[in-house]
Formats: sequence, structure tokens, C-alpha cells
Amino acid sequence: MAFAWLKNKAKPASAPKNADKGLLVFDNTSEVIRAEGLLKRGGWSIRVMGPPPEIRTGCDLVIEFPLIEKLDILRALEEAKLTPLSAVPVSGPLLEPVNLFQVKDFGQHLMVRAANMKLTIDKRSLIIVNISGGGCPDVPYLADQLVGKLLTEAPSPRRIGHTLCGYALELAYQEMRRRC
Amino acid sequence: MLTVVGTVPQVDFPLLEGVVSAEAGGIAIAGRRLEAKRGTPALLAAALAAAQALGEIEVRAFLVGDVGLGDGSRKLYRHLTEVLPHRDCAVLTFHYLQPDVDWHNRVLFAVEEMAVRPLLVADAGFMYAAKMSGQAGAYDLFTPDAGELAFLADERAPHPFYTRGFILQDEEGAPELIARAYLHDNAARHLLVKGRVDRMADQDGVWASVSEPSHPALEAIGGTGDTLTGMVSALLAAGLEMRPACLLAAKANRLAGDLAQPDPATQVAEIIAHIPRALAALGQGHRPAGGE
Repeated sequence: MAFAWLKNKAKPASAPKNADKGLLVFDNTSEVIRAEGLLKRGGWSIRVMGPPPEIRTGCDLVIEFPLIEKLDILRALEEAKLTPLSAVPVSGPLLEPVNLFQVKDFGQHLMVRAANMKLTIDKRSLIIVNISGGGCPDVPYLADQLVGKLLTEAPSPRRIGHTLCGYALELAYQEMRRRC
Repeated sequence: MLTVVGTVPQVDFPLLEGVVSAEAGGIAIAGRRLEAKRGTPALLAAALAAAQALGEIEVRAFLVGDVGLGDGSRKLYRHLTEVLPHRDCAVLTFHYLQPDVDWHNRVLFAVEEMAVRPLLVADAGFMYAAKMSGQAGAYDLFTPDAGELAFLADERAPHPFYTRGFILQDEEGAPELIARAYLHDNAARHLLVKGRVDRMADQDGVWASVSEPSHPALEAIGGTGDTLTGMVSALLAAGLEMRPACLLAAKANRLAGDLAQPDPATQVAEIIAHIPRALAALGQGHRPAGGE
């Protein structure tokens, strides 16, 4: 029973219920119902619920979804023309995605960091030479697909990624394209 | 024995459990070869390189294919809940897995049922889930990078993508972020923070820093954090105490990077090849043939 303390340990106040979940906010309940059907058919674990008081837009129903899969879910909804008004974390519906970029110029190479993801290119050839950071399983996959390719020809992380790390890499990718 | 739990970026890679062996430029498990590009294969390659230098340490792994859909991770989580109570190892390291609080908690309860508690190390996606679950204190070591430390320090962030701007500061603020992570119970008992300066800390604060040799290019190279986590896991499995293991791993990781004479286009496999020489230079293990 070396871990007996673990079962009895009260969750700290910093661990809100459903901390890894997000909320999809739609304009009207008809969209909620259609989105619910689409996502359930797609195999995602979701549920329809009332919105928390912090959310002041949209209708009186929201969809709770696995936040880590935001990129994948938003892509599925957009393809079905069901783009939500917003997709926010349950732990803080007013939290905004990181929008600060850190740029490092190594001379021949340029690195852009967005949140926990870094993308580096060779400035002369515009070839993506490295991707680092991140902890979701699509990061090694995205690196396999992007490293060694021209920035202008590589698939965008938004198209082939699935998670919030993929989303962060998309921001770094877009910022790099804007700069080059 | 070291056991590593992680994923492979291949859709059709089956769930495998077994002994991992070193191969040129990669690893092998159950007859399948994987390149040590980054992610869990890079962690395992670094652990094996360290194990080779230190002597007889068996390295085992639970691996599954997952490209970010989470399907492989969930299959592996289910498997772990079934088999972990019947396994034993000195160190259990969790790595690139789809963060999922519910499955994280079930896996942690399966760990509780193991006959002897292993040292628990978490990095990458599983560390995110550990923090979000409120159970970070159940772990012996987290190995975040600067961005991930900011995430641990932000008690409201559900993922590094949502870390609040006022927390995303320069690395110089790392000691404050470490204190904040402990204040809100969002850190493991020990932290090994990877960065321009590697910092080792516990709830009393930073107890050591390693900043040399220094190569800014290492920040751009994918997998250099994975190699550090792999090395410290192997050193712990070899019987080193937490503090010397963290310190040696940080020094050896930087030295291996230095020996590779890196630029931002260097690939991590080039650095892993220098780990045995780096450890030998630090007085651990034998100097590889052909060493200077």
C-alpha cells in the first residue's frame, strides 16, 4: 500500500474538474445538435451541456470536447460548415491561445517559437531543418512530414496535425511564412 | 530495469511490449527497427547509450503507433491498466502520449498496485496530463523545457498552448516559475528544467544549474529534451540518487551536444552517437573505441 496516500489525497484547487476538456460555442441550438451528431459519428467523446457563466456569446447549449484534439475537431466541423463561434478551455473559458512569438536568428537559420513549439528553417534554401518542443504524439509525426521540405511546399500543420501542439506549430509555421 | 512508455509516429505500428536494443542510428523492439529522430525512439536510444556506458541495465518499453489521434495512446493506456500491476521495474518513464486526465488517473492507480513502487518520471504529453490531473506530486521527476515550465507554473492552463502571456517570460524567470509550480502543487518532487541553462530543483528551490558547454543551436534541434529524459532515466535505473543522476544527465547531454559540433540543422541522432563519449569524459563508463 505504498501509494495509499494517493487515493485519499484531495485534489488541489488548481485541478478543476474536466481540466483537459474544452467547450464549443455555437450561434444556435440547431448547429449544436448537428455538431453533436457529427462528432459522435466521428467517434469523439463529447457531451452537450449548459454554458458556464463566463461565456456570454452563443446559444444556451455548448459541447464539451477533448481539448487536446481541438485541431482535429475544428477541421471536421469546418468541413461540415459548422464552424463554432469559439472553442475554449473548460479550466478558463476566457483563456486565449498563446499569441506571442519568439524569434531567434542564428545567422544562416531562423527559428520561430509559438507556445511550446519551435520551427527552424535554413534562410537561404527555405528548407525546414528542425522542429522541436511539444509533447503530443503528432509532434514527431509532423516533424517527419515537414523536416527536409521547402517551407512553401510542406503540408501545413493545420491540415495534417491533430492536437493543440499541432495547432501551436501551425502558428509558428504561419509566422515563419509571413517572415520569409 | 528501466521501462519506458511512449508512442511511435506511425499509424500501423502495433502495441508492443519488450526489451529494447540499440541499433545504428536507432533502436529495435520485437524485431522492428525505429530511427531515433525525436520523440520516444530518441529517448530510448539515449537511454540505451547511457545504459551501454554504465553497464548492464535492461531497457524495456511499451510502444504503440499514434500520430496524434489518440487512438494508439488510449489502447496503450488500457493495456497498462491491465498489466502494470504484474510488472516490476526500478524506473517507469512516461513520454509522448495523448494527454488524457481520465486515463492518466487509471494508469496511476495501476502503478499503485505494483508490488514495489518504481521511480516515476514524466515528460511530454503524459506530464501535461499529470499536471492537469492534480496528481503531479505523485511523480518523482518531471523534465520540462522552458515553455512547459511556464505551463506547469500557470495553474489555470490546460496545455502549454494556453499558458497566459504574463507567465511566458524569459528563461531568467525560471526560478520564480519553479516556485509557482510548487505553490500550486503542479510539479513533481524533482524538476529537471531543460533550457539555455539546465536547472535542477525541488520544492526548496533551484539546487543546481548547468550552463556549459553552451550551444544556442541546441534549442532548435528536435529531440534534445528527449535525450536528457532518456539519460536521467537510465542513470536512475543504474542506481544513482536523484540529484547526482540529474546533474550527470544534464552535463552529459550538453557535452554530447558539444561533441556533435551542432548547428540548427543537426539531427538528434548525431548527438546520441556522442553520449557514451560524453559519459566517459565525465568519469562514467568506458571510453568508446576510437575515442580521443
